[in-house]
Amino acid sequence: MSAPNKSYDPVEVEALKPEEIERMRDEALAAFAAADSLDALQEAKVAHTGGTSPLALANREIGALPPHAKAEAGKRVGQARGAVNKALAVRQAELEAERDARVLVEEDVDVSLPYDRVPAGARHPLTTLSERIEDIFVAMGYEVAEGPQVEAEWFNFDALNIGPDHPARGEADTFFVEGPDGGADSGVVLRTHTSPVQIRSLLDRELPVYVICPGRVYRTDELDATHTPVFHQVELLAVDEGLTMADLKGTLDHMVQSLFGEGMKTRLRPNFFPFTEPSAEMDMVCYVCRGESVGNPDRPCRTCSSEGWIELGGCGMVNPRVLTACGVDPEKYSGFAFGFGIERMLMFRHNVEDMRDMVEGDIRFTRPFGMEI
Amino acid sequence: MRVPLSWLREYVDLPATETGRDVQAKLISAGLEVETVEQLGHDLKGPLVVGQVLTIEELEGFKKPIRFCTVDVGRANGTGEPQEIVCGARNFAVGDKVVVVLPGATLPGGFSISARKTYGRTSHGMICSSDELGMGDDGTKGIIVLPPETEVGRDAIELLELVDEVLDIAVTANRGDCLSIRGVARETAIAYGLPLRDPALLDVPAPNAFGYPVKISEPLGCDRFTARTVSGLRPEARSPIWLQRRLQKVGMRPISLAVDVTNYVMMELGQPLHAYDRGLVQGAIGVRRAEEGETIVTLDGVERTLHAEDLVITDDRGPIGLAGVMGGANTEIADHEDVEGATTDVVIEAAHFDAVSIARTARRHKLSSEASRRFERGVDPQAASAAAQRTVDLLVLLAGGTADAGVTEVVAPSAPHTITVPADHPDKVAGVTYGRETVVRRLQEIGCDVYGQDELIVTVPSWRPDLLEANDLAEEVIRLEGYENLPSTLPKPPSGRGLTHRQRLHRRVGRALAGAGFVEAPNYPFVSEQVFDQLGLDADDPARRVVRLVNPLSDEEPALRTSLLPGLLGALRRNDGRGSHDLALFETGLVFHPRAERPVAGHVPVDRRPTDEEIAALDAALPEQPRHVAVVLAGAREQAGWWGKGRPADWADAVEAARVVAREAGADLVVRKGRYGPWHPGRCAELVVVADGAEQVVGHAGELHPRVLKALGLPERTCAMEVNLDGLERAGDDTPQAPGISTFPVATQDVALVVDKPVPHAEVEAALREGAGELLEGIRLFDVYENAEQLGDGRKSLAYALRFRAGDRTLTVDEASAARDAAVALAAERTGAVLRG
Repeated sequence: MSAPNKSYDPVEVEALKPEEIERMRDEALAAFAAADSLDALQEAKVAHTGGTSPLALANREIGALPPHAKAEAGKRVGQARGAVNKALAVRQAELEAERDARVLVEEDVDVSLPYDRVPAGARHPLTTLSERIEDIFVAMGYEVAEGPQVEAEWFNFDALNIGPDHPARGEADTFFVEGPDGGADSGVVLRTHTSPVQIRSLLDRELPVYVICPGRVYRTDELDATHTPVFHQVELLAVDEGLTMADLKGTLDHMVQSLFGEGMKTRLRPNFFPFTEPSAEMDMVCYVCRGESVGNPDRPCRTCSSEGWIELGGCGMVNPRVLTACGVDPEKYSGFAFGFGIERMLMFRHNVEDMRDMVEGDIRFTRPFGMEI
Repeated sequence: MRVPLSWLREYVDLPATETGRDVQAKLISAGLEVETVEQLGHDLKGPLVVGQVLTIEELEGFKKPIRFCTVDVGRANGTGEPQEIVCGARNFAVGDKVVVVLPGATLPGGFSISARKTYGRTSHGMICSSDELGMGDDGTKGIIVLPPETEVGRDAIELLELVDEVLDIAVTANRGDCLSIRGVARETAIAYGLPLRDPALLDVPAPNAFGYPVKISEPLGCDRFTARTVSGLRPEARSPIWLQRRLQKVGMRPISLAVDVTNYVMMELGQPLHAYDRGLVQGAIGVRRAEEGETIVTLDGVERTLHAEDLVITDDRGPIGLAGVMGGANTEIADHEDVEGATTDVVIEAAHFDAVSIARTARRHKLSSEASRRFERGVDPQAASAAAQRTVDLLVLLAGGTADAGVTEVVAPSAPHTITVPADHPDKVAGVTYGRETVVRRLQEIGCDVYGQDELIVTVPSWRPDLLEANDLAEEVIRLEGYENLPSTLPKPPSGRGLTHRQRLHRRVGRALAGAGFVEAPNYPFVSEQVFDQLGLDADDPARRVVRLVNPLSDEEPALRTSLLPGLLGALRRNDGRGSHDLALFETGLVFHPRAERPVAGHVPVDRRPTDEEIAALDAALPEQPRHVAVVLAGAREQAGWWGKGRPADWADAVEAARVVAREAGADLVVRKGRYGPWHPGRCAELVVVADGAEQVVGHAGELHPRVLKALGLPERTCAMEVNLDGLERAGDDTPQAPGISTFPVATQDVALVVDKPVPHAEVEAALREGAGELLEGIRLFDVYENAEQLGDGRKSLAYALRFRAGDRTLTVDEASAARDAAVALAAERTGAVLRG
């Protein structure tokens, strides 16, 4: 406002009088003390520390003083401004603390309120359980193979050593597909297992072949608590030089340990399937009672009916005839395969009591399973 | 196959302490699936004795006829006095021998017997039926009348062999030999390391020329036919109790002596037999293929028209039996009750038929019998003459018949089957070192003749026609050495490539939709063709062309789906009906479209790899099976709550689901107005992608047509989306490129453009984008506004926020404005848009 003026006598500069500076300081301190909110303090701050505040203006006048007077006036003004800034900071802190104590408390909410604005979705446990099993084998180096669900009988039966007159062919409860003229002999069926994917893998891939074949399969069973005409299988096929039944056993053991925990094991029992020779039925130790319910009426086990074992599915060494049908030399290569139903495993792994719950699409059933299983 | 332990013990000296459960465990380990062990009479407690009816007094005045009887039970009741018993059955007379249960006894099912008042008298016990004793069906439906020679007062528990254990074995398709007590006994003997007393080792007279004449004109279908004759059977002879009981325990019903004996021998030796009434057979017995159209009435009373491949047994008149499946009614053995016309002379057939031929005939006529089940699975051809002999012996013994000296045996010559196998083959299959000695010993145990050192020459026994190849022998060795003793090793597969792009996409789509609040609901693919009418499809819609099943579970749903909607909407309706009204469901799965050209999948051999042409021909017979993904929505998409109002699901949610899926596929999805059957004509989006340079409609989304909702009984305003996921995948880009990120400040400009209502936002936005040029970083529609007064009739305002940014400098206001103006100018030119005031 005032430019330095050499002709002025410093004692004549009103604003730099000690009592004036004290007054300015006291007014600022009073204004800060009187400010009862952060907004009011902000106003007082502008009024008493801003560029046009009395102390700031007084500070400018110092330049106009003769050199001998500058030091003393500067010291006076500087002390006053220091005191004012300190008081401001203190008051600022006080008011912020007050706000924190009061205002933020007023903004308190009930954090227990729900927020189910868009309820969560979920994937079906048959999908996620199948993926879980696939992942175990993918980690070992297997690849996932898929194929058509409406399949030629050659892939579904003949190539698997189930010839037209094989007793197993009549027992397979097959859905047959009508030919173009409505005829019954189209040579096409709904696949009764995912084994045709094994055949396609052997035909399509370079040896050795290590694949896992998950998917939907069909049999003419009526839907009830323990049967469904549409169900899901996971099958595995390994064809390489020198594979043995011991390898099959080890692979099964690895799978059940991955799915059900350390210490789990499997048991093989002789059985017959046309596409494997030797063939076996595979059981796993009951993962709930670990076999301790057997002969122990005090500790009955619902999961395995106190049998100690849970039936998983079928397995065996790939029948050399199957290899031959796929152009693989059975003198050089051998293989093993196994397969089991996902529905059954879901039932005993997650206590599903009725097969129908898995096929009706009720969201109350599916939602708890979330994204992975 | 049901195997009574008592019968099994006749051929194997099992330790007396061995229970049915012990035998079960041994046999399971050896490979026989023993499903259950039935404990017959385990809760039965005597006294249960033989009695003779002394007097019968008919009691009057009750709703049903009631008898008051006195029965002599000897000293069994302690007094020797007649026992007074009230009885409701009527199939007995004074003097009959019956089974009496006395007070203090317990019948099967825990039914305790005591003297009790009934029908005004006191009944001191009961006269028993076979049902009450847990014996199974004896065909009488009344109380048991015992043979007259039965001794009064004798313990009936022992007489009727009421206490036993029965193993129930699910015999696999390859083990026809185990459909007999003989076969199971052999396995049991091997499992226990005990000798087998083979019931087929009988003295059989040599065949001669004066047996019943038999002529085989089809030796390929019948390689062995033994015929024996027995004369002078006593018509009144009945099967003894022990024989009836064994038949009951294996699950058969006693019928008449001759039939019971043939059934008994079949169960014992596994050889199906047939007995003809000799008086009804005219001339020589023949075996030939049927003449097409020929008919026969089988024993079950059904007239069957024969196929030229069916094997038949004939006499001079024509067919008298469907070979290996069922006999004919015209030569049936007459029941003993009809003494006048009763059978006294029989011809016994023990033949061996071709398994495939029998299987086909049984399937063709939907007629599966005990005989056909055995022939299909393999019968020991060497057992035929022994079985015939055993039948003759029993008929002589039990019916007082005379064995005729004539023995007919027609046998087509055949060599036993031999397999050459390296001695270490089982070791290589198992991954275990058994050693030659073990291998040879195990093969000999199952009845093989084994020669050779490193290379074994193995002749398999006649009862194991399933042993054909080296691996079959390996299995025998490994199972007898114990599957449970196999070690556990892990193979080392080569490194895999992980999931394919397609497999990862399928998982991502599922996760993305579930993340957006959809619940997966996989459905059966079976549909009715009426559903296409309900969905409002045009008459010539390609989705109406379906793949049909020959044998659907329900005649209502004979077709395979061409769309996921019928199933998914069904799931939505089901959930809605169960009280869940706010629904968002999804499904991914295959749909099935028949090809225009559909050849029949022909015959391809299995003794070599099929050629590429043969594989292509098989694949050409299959329908197209693309993978679809669909969603359906109803009720609230956003719930009402403390935060405010909810929001009903609408067409935009369905379209957004398509965008979610397309984003996962990396496909640029064009959404434009469409019209398609199931959808509301004003609220249907056509979903389009560009794949291989061509535009392709991959699906639709929006609100469903009210008529469809009504026809299918769906909640109002149900919305749906269905898209061909394979189509999206083809249009997708798997490797997104990273954009350059500028750190210079953004310049934003808002514009509101007024256009005619039918002009789609997508076109306006496309023009703005193109017009704005490369400085445009992003554009977003933030408001749609319609107001006739302000904008004029049929007009709407679209408000966009445009964000401009340069990669190398801070944009000036003028630069941003110029880009905006260029954008608006192009929108004006393309869509007639006018900048709003």
